[in-house]
Amino acid sequence: MTPLLSVKDLTKSYGAHVGCRDVALDLFPGEVLGIVGESGSGKTTVLNCMAGQLVPDQGRVVFDTRTDGRGDVLRMSEPERRMLGRTDWAFVHQNARDGLRMGVSAGGNVGERLMAVGARNYGRIRDTAEDWLTRVEINAARIDDRPTTFSGGMQQRLQIARNLVTGPRLVFMDEPTGGLDVSVQARLLDLLRGLVRDMGLSAIIVTHDLAVVRLLADRLLVMKSGEVVEHGLTDQVLDDPQHGYTQLLVSSVLQV
Amino acid sequence: MIEIENLSKTFTLHNQGGAVIRVMEGADLSVRPGECVALTGASGSGKSTLMRMIYGNYLAADGAIRVGEVDVARAAPREILALRRDTLGYVSQFLRVVPRVPTLDVVAEPLRRLGMSEGDARARAERLLTRLNIPEALWALSPTTFSGGEQQRVNIARGFAHPYPALLLDEPTAALDANNRAVVLDLIHEAKARGAAIIGIFHDTEARDRVCDRIVDVTAFSPGCAA
Repeated sequence: MTPLLSVKDLTKSYGAHVGCRDVALDLFPGEVLGIVGESGSGKTTVLNCMAGQLVPDQGRVVFDTRTDGRGDVLRMSEPERRMLGRTDWAFVHQNARDGLRMGVSAGGNVGERLMAVGARNYGRIRDTAEDWLTRVEINAARIDDRPTTFSGGMQQRLQIARNLVTGPRLVFMDEPTGGLDVSVQARLLDLLRGLVRDMGLSAIIVTHDLAVVRLLADRLLVMKSGEVVEHGLTDQVLDDPQHGYTQLLVSSVLQV
Repeated sequence: MIEIENLSKTFTLHNQGGAVIRVMEGADLSVRPGECVALTGASGSGKSTLMRMIYGNYLAADGAIRVGEVDVARAAPREILALRRDTLGYVSQFLRVVPRVPTLDVVAEPLRRLGMSEGDARARAERLLTRLNIPEALWALSPTTFSGGEQQRVNIARGFAHPYPALLLDEPTAALDANNRAVVLDLIHEAKARGAAIIGIFHDTEARDRVCDRIVDVTAFSPGCAA
């Protein structure tokens, strides 16, 4: 099986400071990869470099596109990359406000993505938007309300609907449950797991929450000071960590 | 079906002066289809460690763990995930689930992952939960609030939902009353009859004697005891 995404030698510096160094990873179709590490370990830098939101100093990010096969994302033209961002890819931001248009209705937020890939029939767009609001457990009666009137958890679910409506194959998530209270987190995790399974999605999730990756991720990458110090099966890395930093990370989690 | 050869395990505690703890050496074990082998030995002798290594949850230091065609000690994470989905089941002592997910879906999940339709998977889950005497009123609730015995039965239902060719059972009858214990022993007998290779830890010696064909004392695999 060929990887959906294959990253090699990814390096990014901010002046003298190392953002990430020599990061390599493969992601296969249907797989969920977690990236953990403390604040400043470089996990978000890696995510942004892979997703084309940040230009790395060196490295390759080869993605198996639906239309043209494998290609290095970093060497694509800007319009090509933007098209990828609307079709095969989705990006779920930690702060829903960064991924939503707050001045547009909930239905408009979902419909906009559809229109960006060529949907024109208003009735059909509205039906699809309604269907997706329901799938992320937002009452369809709220379709004409702006996200500013939504709770944090609802905004996050709306962001997910907006991202998944075009049937992407790869979803990048930056702390998708950060800042939400625990009962809302659980609901979101349940939702994400169902969507990943039913749509055959692949996902890369950056988080500092080990409980989140244990439930969502198949494989885990542990980062420290910009480098990957350990990777493996999620439960193996968490239950039998090999690197000193991972051992510290795992043993620092407060038991409930 | 399960072939373990010269297996060893060490833990290195980097944050405690780099202490290296050797916990297992020269472990050999072979389980044929249709056979149930019990692991025995005092607490801390390495029964659970061995099980976790077979499941790929703990990394082996050296040696081989073949389950079907896969050597878990060397396999890539992706191969181990596929093995766990199709071939190797594990009933642990503790239930770990996403909060809020109904019991019925928790039990049906391994089948859904194999591509079974929601209806068929739920129907099989219902049969197992009924057999294990979990009242229907609880099926729509998350098992996180259930009693210890109920959680264990949900865990067993989940572990037996798919007819895995290889099964690991960690104290499957520990928190159960006589009636439910009998159901679990029946499930184990049925799994053996269809050819599953089973490794179990049973502190309940009566249950052990009723389902196990052989007993392996893991004390023999402790460092220093290896022949």
